[in-house]
Amino acid sequence: MSSDLDVFVGNTTLIDEEVYRLWLDGHSVAEAVARRLRGGVLEREGTSVAVLQSDTRDHYRTFQMLERLLHAPPRLLQQLLFQIPPERQALLVQRYYAFDEALARELLGKKLSKGTKKELDEVSARTGVGIRSCRRQFDNFKRVFKAVEELRGPLAENIQQLFLLDYAAIVFFANSRFETGKRRLQFLSFADFAACAQSMMGHWSQGALGEPPDPRAPEAAEPDGDLPKSFLQDLKELKVLVADKDLLDQHKSLVCSALRGKISVYNELEANFKALSRALVNVGGKLTHARDVRDFFVDLVEKVIEPCRSDKWSPGDLRLFLTHYTAARHQALWERYMAAITACLLRMYHD
Amino acid sequence: MPGKLKVKIVAGRHLPVMDRASDLTDAFVEVKFGNTTFKTDVYPKSLNPQWNSEWFKFEVDDEELQDEPLQITVLDHDTYSANDAIGKVYIDIDPLLYSEAATVISGWFPIYDTIHGIRGEINVVVKVDLFNDLNRFRQSSCGVKFFCTTSIPKCYRAVIIHGFVEELVVNEDPEYQWIDRIRTPRASNEARQRLISLMSGELQRKIGLKVLEMRGNAVVGYLQCFDLEGESGLVVRAIGTACTLDKLSNTSAFLPACNSPSKEMKEIPFNEDPNPNTYSSGPSTPLKNQTYSFSPSKSYSRQSSSSDTDLSLTPKTAPSPQRPRIFLFPSSPTLSCDSPHLKKSCLLLLGSSIKPLHSSHVSPVVLRKSVSFTEELLLAASGMGSGSAGKEGGPFKTLLRQQTQSALEQREFPFFTLTTFPPGFLVHVGGVVSARSVKLLDRIHNPAFVGIMGNTRSYKLLDWNSFNSDEPETRDAWWAEIRQEIKSHAKALGCHAVVGYSESTSICEEVCILSASGTAAVLNPRFLQDGTMEGCLEQRLSWQPGFFSIGSEKGEVDFFPQSQDSSSLLGIEEASPPGCGFCHIPYDELNMPFPAHLTYCYNCRKQKVPDVLFTTIDLPVEAIVVGKGCLIQARLCRLKKKAQAEANATSISNLLPFMEYEVHTQLMNKLKLRGMNALFGLRIQITVGENMLMGLASATGVYLAALPTPGGIQIAGKTPNDATYDQHISHMQKKINDTIAKNKELYEINPPELPEEIIGSPIPEPRQRSRLLRSQSESSDEVTELDLSHGKKDAFVLEIDDTDAMEDVHSLLTDVPPPSGFYSCNTEIMPGINNWTPEIQMFTAVRVSRLSTINPTNQTLNKNFNDLCENLLKSLYFKLRSMVPCCLCHVNFTVALPEDELVQIAVTAVAITYDKNQALQANKAPTEKSQQRASTDNEEQLQFPLELCSDPLSSQPFSPAKEVLEGASSHTGIPAAQRVLKSHSGSWFRAGTSPEIDRCNSWIELIKLKAQTIRRGSIKTTTSLEKASPLAEGYLRHRSVPSCTNSTVSVVKMTPLSFLPGAKITKYLGIINMFFIRETTSLREEGGVSGFLHAFIAEVFAMVRAHVAALGGNAVVSYIMKQCVFMENPNKNQAQCLINVSGDAVIFVRESELEMLPVQPSTAAPQPTSSAGDVTT
Repeated sequence: MSSDLDVFVGNTTLIDEEVYRLWLDGHSVAEAVARRLRGGVLEREGTSVAVLQSDTRDHYRTFQMLERLLHAPPRLLQQLLFQIPPERQALLVQRYYAFDEALARELLGKKLSKGTKKELDEVSARTGVGIRSCRRQFDNFKRVFKAVEELRGPLAENIQQLFLLDYAAIVFFANSRFETGKRRLQFLSFADFAACAQSMMGHWSQGALGEPPDPRAPEAAEPDGDLPKSFLQDLKELKVLVADKDLLDQHKSLVCSALRGKISVYNELEANFKALSRALVNVGGKLTHARDVRDFFVDLVEKVIEPCRSDKWSPGDLRLFLTHYTAARHQALWERYMAAITACLLRMYHD
Repeated sequence: MPGKLKVKIVAGRHLPVMDRASDLTDAFVEVKFGNTTFKTDVYPKSLNPQWNSEWFKFEVDDEELQDEPLQITVLDHDTYSANDAIGKVYIDIDPLLYSEAATVISGWFPIYDTIHGIRGEINVVVKVDLFNDLNRFRQSSCGVKFFCTTSIPKCYRAVIIHGFVEELVVNEDPEYQWIDRIRTPRASNEARQRLISLMSGELQRKIGLKVLEMRGNAVVGYLQCFDLEGESGLVVRAIGTACTLDKLSNTSAFLPACNSPSKEMKEIPFNEDPNPNTYSSGPSTPLKNQTYSFSPSKSYSRQSSSSDTDLSLTPKTAPSPQRPRIFLFPSSPTLSCDSPHLKKSCLLLLGSSIKPLHSSHVSPVVLRKSVSFTEELLLAASGMGSGSAGKEGGPFKTLLRQQTQSALEQREFPFFTLTTFPPGFLVHVGGVVSARSVKLLDRIHNPAFVGIMGNTRSYKLLDWNSFNSDEPETRDAWWAEIRQEIKSHAKALGCHAVVGYSESTSICEEVCILSASGTAAVLNPRFLQDGTMEGCLEQRLSWQPGFFSIGSEKGEVDFFPQSQDSSSLLGIEEASPPGCGFCHIPYDELNMPFPAHLTYCYNCRKQKVPDVLFTTIDLPVEAIVVGKGCLIQARLCRLKKKAQAEANATSISNLLPFMEYEVHTQLMNKLKLRGMNALFGLRIQITVGENMLMGLASATGVYLAALPTPGGIQIAGKTPNDATYDQHISHMQKKINDTIAKNKELYEINPPELPEEIIGSPIPEPRQRSRLLRSQSESSDEVTELDLSHGKKDAFVLEIDDTDAMEDVHSLLTDVPPPSGFYSCNTEIMPGINNWTPEIQMFTAVRVSRLSTINPTNQTLNKNFNDLCENLLKSLYFKLRSMVPCCLCHVNFTVALPEDELVQIAVTAVAITYDKNQALQANKAPTEKSQQRASTDNEEQLQFPLELCSDPLSSQPFSPAKEVLEGASSHTGIPAAQRVLKSHSGSWFRAGTSPEIDRCNSWIELIKLKAQTIRRGSIKTTTSLEKASPLAEGYLRHRSVPSCTNSTVSVVKMTPLSFLPGAKITKYLGIINMFFIRETTSLREEGGVSGFLHAFIAEVFAMVRAHVAALGGNAVVSYIMKQCVFMENPNKNQAQCLINVSGDAVIFVRESELEMLPVQPSTAAPQPTSSAGDVTT
């Protein structure tokens, strides 16, 4: 006796979190049933495999129908087809757009192109994330990227509005194409990069200035995913800090006098100050050129983090140094620039 | 007289992309009503168009308003080719036609296309300006309210329950017209949807007219069905119960709300009643009415004489007619019941323990082309209503019979589609009556068809009927025949009415089985005509079911008015005690032509009760139940040879009696296996397919305290000498006994052992009285030894004489009880559970399975069918496991046989959570219960004196104050009996202040006195009620609370029940009756049959919700999926499905949103201003 047709429809759509998880992970119905069996649901509920299969199929069908709506989360809120309590809807969206950090780390900075999609098999093998799940996540990235590409205004807010979640980091990286794949950078997790992206957007982007963008200003037309060109241009002015020897010495003496006796690595600091300072300033100066932008994180690691680490700076030392290094000069542009750099470095300074 | 319909198209959203090039749509909207069409501008290049149209105004007469749906079509404008339709919205504007319902329809509606499903949404505003119409001869019936709910809707009060209304309209099915060959599936589907919408409108209007003719203003328990007869046409038919309802002015609000309207009641001009005879004296006291002038009507005697089944109800003792009889329904001719086949139709009398030999009696008769078969399920017929009247025939009893009879006799069909009744309405229940008839469908010829097409407006097409000579008459005659049969069966059971009545059909090719069933009952006549019972009725309303008002207390509370109003004042029947009165046999125990076990009622010990009771109604609230109930199903398959036309009909009709018998046996066995003794909500569905018949009976089993403990099941082997066989038998017997024991534990059925002394218990009065009032034969009264152990001796014997029987026994044992934390029932409320929490989940599940075996036999098919149902239930339990503890209520199975060996089962039900802890608490107070019972018992004694005082208060709305008090008392832990006494004395004194009942005053002291003395004696006798379902006291409180009408509209709840747990319905917005067709030519791409149907059902839900929300409602109650016809053609990658749903749109308010008022006895007491006293308990 076979059931050709077997459906269950509730007035309130039933969402089984476990099955949703399995579906998101890209398991087939059979695999999902097997996993549920291993989860011991049979023993707990005293039911049969057939029931479990029927239940799983029902949920899968529901999710497939929901998927169309999940592609545009605000529609999920307005649609009439499924009656789902708000907190459940939020859960559906969150889970749908949640990503494996391992995967996201792999994809950071890569072009979200078809070519990349073809490489997902490899990525899947490397990260242990199911291929179907990889594809879904990739599509999510792409969908979000595409949707906000042409929008103005703060990126994070746009994404929040369109997808009801925080997706900004990925889009920011996909936009700016920072190099993240170098061996040097392998110690950095996705979370590190996400935090950096947040600080950079927070301090450097147009919206961060706290004033509505002037519609006549050239950058007002730019999407928020890119850093404002005028700001980057201004950063070039900072080069004078390291190019002018007097300024550099003055800066050094100010910082050193403030830190003397306060940090354990004072001697190393004194010795390396000029190199560090050059690195910190030049990173900013290079941001105007797309090719150099790619090296932003590489430079920070190579020229700041690694020397400090070899000199056994503690994170506290670094913090103290950066604080005084920034405070030694009073200039809005400088403070704005250093705020993000400080945040990034502190986040990245670990093993 | 016209009305003005105004429509505004506001906006659209999420439209589909219609122009591939631009990925956009140029949408505009056509608004059509009748033959007038308006268009909006094209809103170019947008998927979210903002039309913001002007108001489109249609000036139409109200007849058209009732029949026509508003049709909104969204199209994509195309400059060069024809405009593409995106989809449609049909809006039934009926809810706008009566003042109390919705005033505006406004909201987002899904745009529906029969091929693509939902495609975006459209925002529409609809209003109607209706001008008053004084034309007497109008064809419209605007203003008549319709309710699917099968009880008096909650915020209304029934003034009069008029009775049965029915109507049917017939048309050709567009799907089978020649034009269908050349038009697209979409056009065909839309033609069908529109036609059915029109037909429903027309049907509703016609029923409305009948209601107006009866001077009613509402139809309750409205059930409309479609028969897709295929080639021979399309029948839309409906039945319902006409009522005069009064809106409770401040329903939602105050406790004594039910007191106030009683005043208005009295002012209802009674002479309006078209029926001048019998109780025409209006609100006067029943005593005045006892002019003894009630005579058998002409129609009545004619029927009795002509009916050869000897159902005459002995008019001999009655005086001759004194007044000319005027029929209540002049429109309906009185049918004589002697249609020839009836004469021979055999009454299969199935007592509780008859052996199969009865089946040999069954010999259905083929008559012309129609074959008719009938059966009485259960405890049928003392047969001779006449005998009973004659022999018991004390003048009073006869009088009552005649009174009620005559009240009902004038009705062609004394049927009621209600399943829940105001307390006191139901006097006795006889048992289930059902009738089936097999008919051959003929092709309808429509000679007038062409002629009409030419010159009338399209909606007039419906009037084909009138031209099309005999068609509707044929269908009408078929149903009339069946109804007549039902009526005569009821009479055979000594009953004059049928309640919980329903009709259904099953069609396969050209064969159609018409079925009707109901519960024979004796009703309190006063509810049917007088305006005098409003107290009770209204009580009922404000009380409504389930979550706050179940259980024995209810019975007690109601008891007084009941006994006083109905029985005692009429001075006839011995007052039936609450909670058991309805169980007492309405037929004569001395004249039973079949073996049935009668015992004295285990509750009151005064009247006889059967050992098992089957009914189609919901468990009366006053019923005293032990333990919990459970869903019981009988499932059955019977193979049948494929045959054509008459041969087919004959073979079906030959099979029917056996199926009915077997279904009944299964039910009985399963009932015993669960240690229960009564079935409620029984619904037997017989479905006909090409090569088999299927029977599915569902009911809710309970243990009624009034009925004897059921005996076990005894297995008897045929070859007792075989040792291994014996062993096998005894093994089986053990298994059965274990199952019974387990079930008793599971359902908490522990009826208390009754102490022997009750026989000598000091209740002399009633006995005397019974002698006085009932000239029952002395002998029956003197049977003093109550055979208490009788139930146990009388084990039900199953004889195992062949493998079939063995199979049957096995299958009995395969029913798995629901997993722990789950209960299920098919009635509105689960007996024994009362503390519902507000979480509900309504669902529909559909399964189609192939019952394929190579050589199918009845046994294998049975097993497969059984497994299918069990698995389906199991899967439901699993799905809903997160709601535990919960109960599946109103579990409604429907079976269809779409093709050879394909079985389709559709289930709609609602899962309701309940609070386990509270349940335990409630159970802790059994002593209180028994005390309360005791106090009731007193009252029972006491109503005798009251009778004598000939209380002029014919209407005694009683206030809910008492219940609240009781609730309070059980919370505070004060012995309930005391509190009860206190409170009721309180209300008595109040009552005394009201001038009308001064005379009662003097009785109060006496009553109190007696109450106290008698209580002592009777407590013991009533301990049996310990387990009676307790009230959820907490819930009572909410009634004392004013309502605020803020509600969240975004979520629309749906439930098949007539109420929402933990909420209060504040307004009924109108009936929802929707019909959808969905078709696909890309079945695989839509996820196969399951994907297709899943999406469609979800879409139907969505459209129902959207309509309710647009009416301003937040829930649908009494929701039912009446039809789900699914057809597939996998080879062509096609499928089609038709779904018909209905329900009542309502606004509810959460109890938690209502402010709680302190419950104070003083405020709870009735207002002194109320004209009618408050005679509770």
